[in-house]
Amino acid sequence: MTDPVATQIEDKFTYQASSEPGTVDMMVNMGPQHPATHGVFRMELRVDGEQIQDVVPHIGYLHRGSEKLCEHELYSQIITLFDRFDYVSNFNNELVIVSAVEKLMGVEPPPRAELIRIIMCEFNRIASHLLFYGTFAIDMGAITPVLYNFRDREKIQSLFESVSGARMMHNYFRVGGVKEDVKDDFTSRALALCDELERGVDETDKLLTENEIFVERTTGIGVISGEDALDWGLSGPVLRASGVPYDVRVDEPYSRYSELDFGIPVGSAGDCWDRFYLRILEARESLSIIRQAMALLEPGDTMAQIRRIARPPAGEVYAHCENPRGDLGVYIVSDGGERPYRLKVRPPSFCNLQALKDLTVGHYIADAVVILGTLDIVLGEVDR
Amino acid sequence: MSFIEVVFAIAGLFGLFTGLAVAVLSLTWMERKTLARIQQRAGPSVVGPHGLLQPVADAMKLATKEDMIPNYADKLLFWMAPIFVAVPAFMIWIAIPFGDNLAVRVLDLGLLYLVAISGIGVVGLLMGGWASSSRYSMLGGLRAAAQLVSYEIPIVIVILSIAVLVQSLSLDAVIGGNTISIGDDTRDLPGQGAIPFAFIMPMGLLIFLIAGLAELGRTPFDIHHAESEVVGGPFVEYSGAHWAVFFLAEYLNTFVISALIVILFFGGWSWPAPPESLFGNDLSSTATNLIGGAWLMIKTYLVAIGIFWIRGTYPRLRIDQLMAFAWQVLIPLSFVNLVLIAIVLFYDWPLWVMTAVSLPIILGVGIAVQRRRGARGRPQTVRILRRSAGEIGVPMPPASTPVTDQVQAGG
Repeated sequence: MTDPVATQIEDKFTYQASSEPGTVDMMVNMGPQHPATHGVFRMELRVDGEQIQDVVPHIGYLHRGSEKLCEHELYSQIITLFDRFDYVSNFNNELVIVSAVEKLMGVEPPPRAELIRIIMCEFNRIASHLLFYGTFAIDMGAITPVLYNFRDREKIQSLFESVSGARMMHNYFRVGGVKEDVKDDFTSRALALCDELERGVDETDKLLTENEIFVERTTGIGVISGEDALDWGLSGPVLRASGVPYDVRVDEPYSRYSELDFGIPVGSAGDCWDRFYLRILEARESLSIIRQAMALLEPGDTMAQIRRIARPPAGEVYAHCENPRGDLGVYIVSDGGERPYRLKVRPPSFCNLQALKDLTVGHYIADAVVILGTLDIVLGEVDR
Repeated sequence: MSFIEVVFAIAGLFGLFTGLAVAVLSLTWMERKTLARIQQRAGPSVVGPHGLLQPVADAMKLATKEDMIPNYADKLLFWMAPIFVAVPAFMIWIAIPFGDNLAVRVLDLGLLYLVAISGIGVVGLLMGGWASSSRYSMLGGLRAAAQLVSYEIPIVIVILSIAVLVQSLSLDAVIGGNTISIGDDTRDLPGQGAIPFAFIMPMGLLIFLIAGLAELGRTPFDIHHAESEVVGGPFVEYSGAHWAVFFLAEYLNTFVISALIVILFFGGWSWPAPPESLFGNDLSSTATNLIGGAWLMIKTYLVAIGIFWIRGTYPRLRIDQLMAFAWQVLIPLSFVNLVLIAIVLFYDWPLWVMTAVSLPIILGVGIAVQRRRGARGRPQTVRILRRSAGEIGVPMPPASTPVTDQVQAGG
């Protein structure tokens, strides 16, 4: 009995003879509803037994035309669209668009607002990494860490709620500052949260990285060299795991990052282990950044004196920031109006995803899931 | 077979069936509660006190759900696969002793029967995987076949070691001891009423536990229905009652492996202390058997909780690692175990020699597995660069220039 659906799918690809004569490789369609593709990503695997011979990624299931939408919104309204790109690190996204518009307008936000932004962004980085540990562990078959990590992430989100009024999609950063000052108990809450998060990250570290099976599953899987990583345009933890010490926060310091002293974890093997463990270390560095920024925090204005509706001069600007997933950039062409003429986003998830084929071919199906997990894509950003 | 025997056999089967159904329901509840405790959740808590009736509600939901068969499935095989998995899972229990000479059918070749019957289930998984007409099912079915066949070997060899130790294939002899006579030489072989075999054969226990987990397809060996890879494997297209039968068989197998660990290594129904020392000699045989059965259940549930605990803790192995572990570690170790016990019995050495030799071997293999990657066991490839130390902060080269040399200098 032939399966017309399967035949139809297979007709799209020319049959490739496998290593054994008289046989063909099998096509396995993974996604967009597969539990391990982190959203609506779809990849077609050509497998010889369990070994992957070829990968064809398909994206676009979550395309919302955000870049085009941005051309029809006021600059202050674009912030809400940026919230929805990488929907697990909203503050980092907001920072990119507001700093781009500020750069174009030549506005300098008050120092207090800059520090609040840094604190929020670093908390958001930890929240995003916590989500990564959990989902990655699920990809590997460990079901428990995700619940511990969600417990900790929940605490971060309630802090966000107290500051911005929303757990996600905050719309808190403004061109020229932040929406409003933080509450009175913010400092004590944030510092207490830092201690709790430190314990939470240590717990994940102990639970996963000291497990023999976990180490065995990740070392030597999905290796990419520093040169290849740069050629593909990778950024963020995926690039640093390959030994390239590139981090926008230190290479082109924005906001007040140049006043803070923090380390950048850099791997050398470029495998899944490095990409995972680097994020554990990065969360700890973020905690140290938060503590330093809290010490620098002084009373003052949180909003610069600018027009209510931002109207930057005609011109072009590119601004980029270090997101949990990599280098998020935005390019704005302004014609002097209150809406951008054209807006282009450089999404780190999308660029990191390009290396998928290089990373997965030759590995097992189970490894493809692990590799995709360490790339840590968010489909809202890949598809936009 | 007399009429009375037939009646007893049928009554026994009915009792077994009902008891096992209840056992499966309680096991699912226990697994969910255990996992919830590990994961700092409440677990089922709405249906019934402490969520005790949740499994009943789940069973009713599954029974009333629409039973879908994919259009291009091989319908006959698709129908038969759950039966091939479930029937052996029930049949194993016929030989399990709940007390002295108390089983639905007391078999002199009990150990052989267990090994033979437990091998059938894999046929059902393979059938389900093939018949579903899904790539994931097929991958899962093939994984199951490879895995289950490989891990059958260490299990059989460990069971063989036990048989060598008690010089019998009867499950009663494993627990109650055995007397054999060869020529003029009469020898009393130990039963676990005297000493649990876990102390004599710790290596056997470890191998049996690990291979048993693999045989069940439970974490860390759950590759054939790995959620994140093959999305349920052979079960992916099954729904409703068919899926429930697979589910039932899976928990029955968990229960039977726990029971086998208890029977082979922890004395089965035997008491921690001889019943005579507690109650004198006036205890009726019915009461003794009842308490024995209760002991068996308590021990079995404890082992089952241990299996659930492992599920809450470990990630999953990859298929090549899984096969390598079976063929390179477990199978050689199980043969070492068999040869050791044979030597000890042949030269009539005391049985603690077996323990004394086994423990260093386990320790040595464990350390060897850990040390392959160096003393710390985990890679030390990530380091932290600091701007204050002048290690980072150099701007990246422009995108148009060749970057190769810069990377090597920087990284």
